[in-house]
Amino acid sequence: MLEFITRRILTAIPTIILISMFVFGLQKLLPGDPVLAMAGEERDPAVIEMLRQKYHLNDPIPQQYLSWIEGVAHGDLGISLRTQEPVTVLIGQKLPVTIQLAIMSIIVAFLIGIPAGVLSAYKKGTWIDWLANGIGLTGLSIPHFWLGIMMILLVSVRLHWLPASGYVSPWVDPVRSFETLLMPSLVLGSGLAAYLMRHTRSAMLGVLKADYVRTARAKGLAEHTVLIKHALRNALVPVVTVATLLFGDLLGGAVLTEQIFTIPGFGKLVVDAVFSRDYAVVQGIVLCTAVGFIAMNLLADVAFRLLNPKTRTS
Amino acid sequence: MTKFKLSIALATALMLAGQVAHATDLRIGLQEDADALDPDQGRTFVGRIVFASLCDKLVDITPELKIVPMLATGWTWSAHGKALTMTLRKGVTFQDGTPFNAEAVKYNIMRSKTFQLSRRKAEVKSIASVDVVDPYTVRFNLTQPDATLLAQFADRAGMMISPTAAEKEGADFALHPVCSGPFKFVQRVQQDKIVLEKYAGYYDAAKIHFDRVIFRPIPDSTVRLANLKAGDLDLIERVAPTDLASVKSDAKLKTASAVSIGYQGITVNIANTDKAKNPLGENKLVRQALSLAIDRDALNQVVFSGAFAPGNQPFPPNSPWYDKDFPIQKRDVAAAKALLKKAGLSKVSFEMQTSNNPQAQQVAQVIQSMAAEAGMDIKIVTKEFATMLKDQTAGNFESTQVGWSGRVDPDGNLYSFVVTGAGLNDGHYSNPEVDKLMAQSRLSTDEATRKKAYDAAQKILLDELPIIYLYHPVWLWAYSSKLTGFKPYADGMIRLQDVSMTK
Repeated sequence: MLEFITRRILTAIPTIILISMFVFGLQKLLPGDPVLAMAGEERDPAVIEMLRQKYHLNDPIPQQYLSWIEGVAHGDLGISLRTQEPVTVLIGQKLPVTIQLAIMSIIVAFLIGIPAGVLSAYKKGTWIDWLANGIGLTGLSIPHFWLGIMMILLVSVRLHWLPASGYVSPWVDPVRSFETLLMPSLVLGSGLAAYLMRHTRSAMLGVLKADYVRTARAKGLAEHTVLIKHALRNALVPVVTVATLLFGDLLGGAVLTEQIFTIPGFGKLVVDAVFSRDYAVVQGIVLCTAVGFIAMNLLADVAFRLLNPKTRTS
Repeated sequence: MTKFKLSIALATALMLAGQVAHATDLRIGLQEDADALDPDQGRTFVGRIVFASLCDKLVDITPELKIVPMLATGWTWSAHGKALTMTLRKGVTFQDGTPFNAEAVKYNIMRSKTFQLSRRKAEVKSIASVDVVDPYTVRFNLTQPDATLLAQFADRAGMMISPTAAEKEGADFALHPVCSGPFKFVQRVQQDKIVLEKYAGYYDAAKIHFDRVIFRPIPDSTVRLANLKAGDLDLIERVAPTDLASVKSDAKLKTASAVSIGYQGITVNIANTDKAKNPLGENKLVRQALSLAIDRDALNQVVFSGAFAPGNQPFPPNSPWYDKDFPIQKRDVAAAKALLKKAGLSKVSFEMQTSNNPQAQQVAQVIQSMAAEAGMDIKIVTKEFATMLKDQTAGNFESTQVGWSGRVDPDGNLYSFVVTGAGLNDGHYSNPEVDKLMAQSRLSTDEATRKKAYDAAQKILLDELPIIYLYHPVWLWAYSSKLTGFKPYADGMIRLQDVSMTK
């Protein structure tokens, strides 16, 4: 297993380097001059020239890339062109928020998606199946920004139950922290729950037809033991893979949800950075997200092997 | 079942534990996140809103845009307008205890002029040197008379920062700004909040009634309003005009408004590259026809629910600089068609670039349909803002729907846009007579003399129309009805002196 993990980590390195080049190159292809975006309304030629010099924008692109990657190797992701803050500090501020939102959303998704999937597979073709499918599809189809605004209007403006926006760190005030992220994670989680439900359902349908499930029933085991212990455990293998990848997705930031609930996570930071052509910030976050995604992939593979002994090679 | 009950109880407890804001916190919702919190580096509108609480200026403005004392208690111009002498307020300290005096003013102006990252260089360009006459008197020696200087001092160029902190921090000053305003910097989390707390040593502390001010950027106007209605914010800026009716019908909210000093208009490419070679760029009659084809009132009604102010000059109609001899023309399709005929054209077609936000696109579409009725075919080219600006500077446009946030001094709304070779004259318009008048307007500090020069320039510009002005945005604020003393200002800033919260 250790050898497997080491091999996977080594193969990830060229991927990360390629991603960094790709992001760097893509940004340079963006129309619009970053310096014009930064120089302010006055567009003073002296300021524009000063900015070009300061950020080495007159250098050839390969040279710009090399000096950036050299900094990255030393743990320096550069400074935000917009606010003068170091990109590592920004990532340090945003990453915990994004991780917390991702964890809470994935928990919501599990709590809704798995039971609904199991139930609809078990009661296949009945009204329960139709209902679960209907709810799942609705969750998938409702745009996050609409659901978010509706929830704010109902839960915050009408009922005054939860704050409409903002974020508090769990180390400062765990209760308040939970409250501020509850609505956003419900919005995000309900969409993801639909994916999990569909995957759980199809995996369960396959497993329920398997011989060992029939054997388990023939042994006279209680139905819920058959369902949970024998069927679900095996059905979960592909579901866990999907869930880890969804989690990796969440680490890239949930742009719309963060925007609506004003959560200072990755999504909001990267969108603002793209619009103000804040190159260093965009590159830093994409790199960080790529590493996170690759780590999640690795984790999915490891989990897969743990859950399914057949995939363990000698 | 017990588990279920427990979770219900827990959820209820969580909800009840909710948000009771500290009685003397003021929470303000901004449309964007501010940029660098250094008056010499800043370039955004919302940044200036934060500075209004953080950094006092040499002078301030009244809601009517008159310049009044702030850190400077009085000033006199030398006979030929080449020196400005200011007396300074005594007993003022920066938020780190550094005393405010003539040396500090000199330090600040020199920093604006020479600091590598300074974006104020053009604003203080006319200052050749600064003399410390005595500890509380300072003299600015100018290379040439500059009537706009006082207005510059009413904005970022006049914001005084602590020389001690600036020396120590250099470019990092933006991360921990120290000024002399009523509130000092505590914390900033990008895209989340900027927290300021009351500065106990503020010279005008009796007028300040909050312990903390928290600025929160919330870009979506619907969400910003929802936060205000939910009680998570006390004051929001830039309420969407379409939401105004719903805010006014809410007894728990109040609104305030002020016509901004900025404008929106259509800049025409007159001579910037070959793109200018089309009837609109080459023939003023076509531009006059376009202006006549637009119903500015209808535009305001359709896109902004009538909340904005129609306009036809770089200054809004309520400004003392507005030339009343040229009121907004009524739409006249027949006259527009006649002008085209006079130009020897029956149908013209041209491109108009616009930025990709929904409001700007609506404005463009309304203009497109109005112009079509007068025989003008407008092709709307939608671009992302940074790209649009680049194309504008490079001359890769025929006309562009763009605006300007406005400056307190009239010079800031006109000079750079119409003088030959000036920085923001993207259409490369050039008229020696206008150049001469605009130069004249800068030389005198006498308002009547300046007004005469502006009026004379306006007469030419409204005939040649290098920029067709459309409307002036109106700043719309909404706030909790518990808030008293809030005064709207045309510069869109939020000044917290004398604002308080009743319980």
